Amino acid sequence: MYSEKLLDHFKNPRNMGRIENADGIGKVGNPVCGDVMWIYIKVRDDRIADIKFETFGCGAAVATSSVITELAKGKTLEEAEKITNQDVIDVLEGLPPLKKHCSLLAEQGLRAAINDYREKQRAKH
Amino acid sequence: MIYLDHNATTPCDPVVLEEMKKWFTEMFFNPSSIYTASQRAKEAVEDARKKVARLLDASSEEIIFTSGGTESNNIAIIGTALLLKNRGNHIITSLIEHHAVLNVCKFLEKNMGFQVTYLPVDKYGIVDPDDVRKAINDRTILISIMAANNEIGTIEPIEQIGKIAKENNVVFHCDGVQVAGKIPVSVKKLNVDFFSLSGHKFYGPKGIGALYVRKGVKFKPVFYGGHQEKGLRPGTENVPAIVGLGKACEIAEEKMAQDSSKEKILRDELEKKLVERIPEIIVNGHPEKRLYNTLNICVKYVEGESMLLHLDFEGICASSGSACTSGSLEPSHVLLALGIPPEVAHGSLRFSLGRSNTMADIERTADVLPEIVEKLRKMSPFWNKK
Repeated sequence: MYSEKLLDHFKNPRNMGRIENADGIGKVGNPVCGDVMWIYIKVRDDRIADIKFETFGCGAAVATSSVITELAKGKTLEEAEKITNQDVIDVLEGLPPLKKHCSLLAEQGLRAAINDYREKQRAKH
Repeated sequence: MIYLDHNATTPCDPVVLEEMKKWFTEMFFNPSSIYTASQRAKEAVEDARKKVARLLDASSEEIIFTSGGTESNNIAIIGTALLLKNRGNHIITSLIEHHAVLNVCKFLEKNMGFQVTYLPVDKYGIVDPDDVRKAINDRTILISIMAANNEIGTIEPIEQIGKIAKENNVVFHCDGVQVAGKIPVSVKKLNVDFFSLSGHKFYGPKGIGALYVRKGVKFKPVFYGGHQEKGLRPGTENVPAIVGLGKACEIAEEKMAQDSSKEKILRDELEKKLVERIPEIIVNGHPEKRLYNTLNICVKYVEGESMLLHLDFEGICASSGSACTSGSLEPSHVLLALGIPPEVAHGSLRFSLGRSNTMADIERTADVLPEIVEKLRKMSPFWNKK
């Protein structure tokens, strides 16, 4: 049911963990539904200098978290905001239909982290 | 490979397969034909029927062959509903039944104007016979309660529920798929009118099952065709599979005592080791009134599928909830009925043991799972925030 690519990201998740004093945190999903994703970002000169995730969820949730962090790392915030769930699915070479929401969660998680960063910046000024 | 998913299905016993072979090839005949060779096939079917009957403490005339547990449940429930719909439109079942019962009841609610009471269970998954009694009204025509739950293994008080059904003159169907071939069953003692079983759950072939119908109990057929199975389940008999089912019943009777004592020791050891080694896990189901081969746990702060994938990487086959719900995103309806919060129910794992398992299998599983859980908990935002 899962692609080789997905199983690889599940087995060896990239950028897994937490960033202490993160500049932005995106918390999406709901434990009742069985998927929760937290995305941490560190921003330098409007660029995502570092990104990590913590995820409670199925194989697809872990893999989509891993992929979104890879896609976003090093990108400007503007570029990162344009990453969609389809980009994640493409990297994974497909997702079972029932697991599509995991890719949406990844997209939303990244955007929530960027929004959180922007709000914090606004509060500072 | 370590196979710990016997409640999903079991390997067909090689002895069973051997018995079946010739009924595919040189003895391929239709049991309904007149010539001698066909009569041999007919005798083989009747011989198998005797063996199924013996396993259930029933008589041969009370056994109907079906394609499996799902069909047996459908025939019993829909067939009773069709026959008795003018007498009443109320059915009593439980929240933790298999989908092959629950979705049949939902069909009757949606399409035939039936009302269904889904009884709750206690924290161990046991249906209170008193709740059954209280749920009966003058329109109740059928009670359907499973003998043991496929996910958590809890064994239901069927004998008592059967007594209540009898006293109230209500037909009683019992989905016995998880107990048949595993523990001794006497349909007489259990006071059931219908009892479903499935061959592949106890080392028989897939696609074959049986329905016990107590003598004198009637139902309207769901399928129509020839005279086979007294017209109650027409269609040319699946002779090889029927022979296989008969053989599996015979072997089950022989091996039941030995299987149960061995598997219980292994299951208890797995349970003990996992509870010792993994913090914050819950063992589901009744501590004693539980199938000897079943262990269901909830591991807090991790999700079931992730654990299953890692177990699979290690060559260990298990499941979370039931195989029939693995395509679903909902947590197990059984665990929710026990009062387990959804976020915890998502972390469920079911190990169901069988004949081939050894202590080495258990030790390896108990070594591997704690590491998997630790790895996944490190990834979990909830565990890290504790």
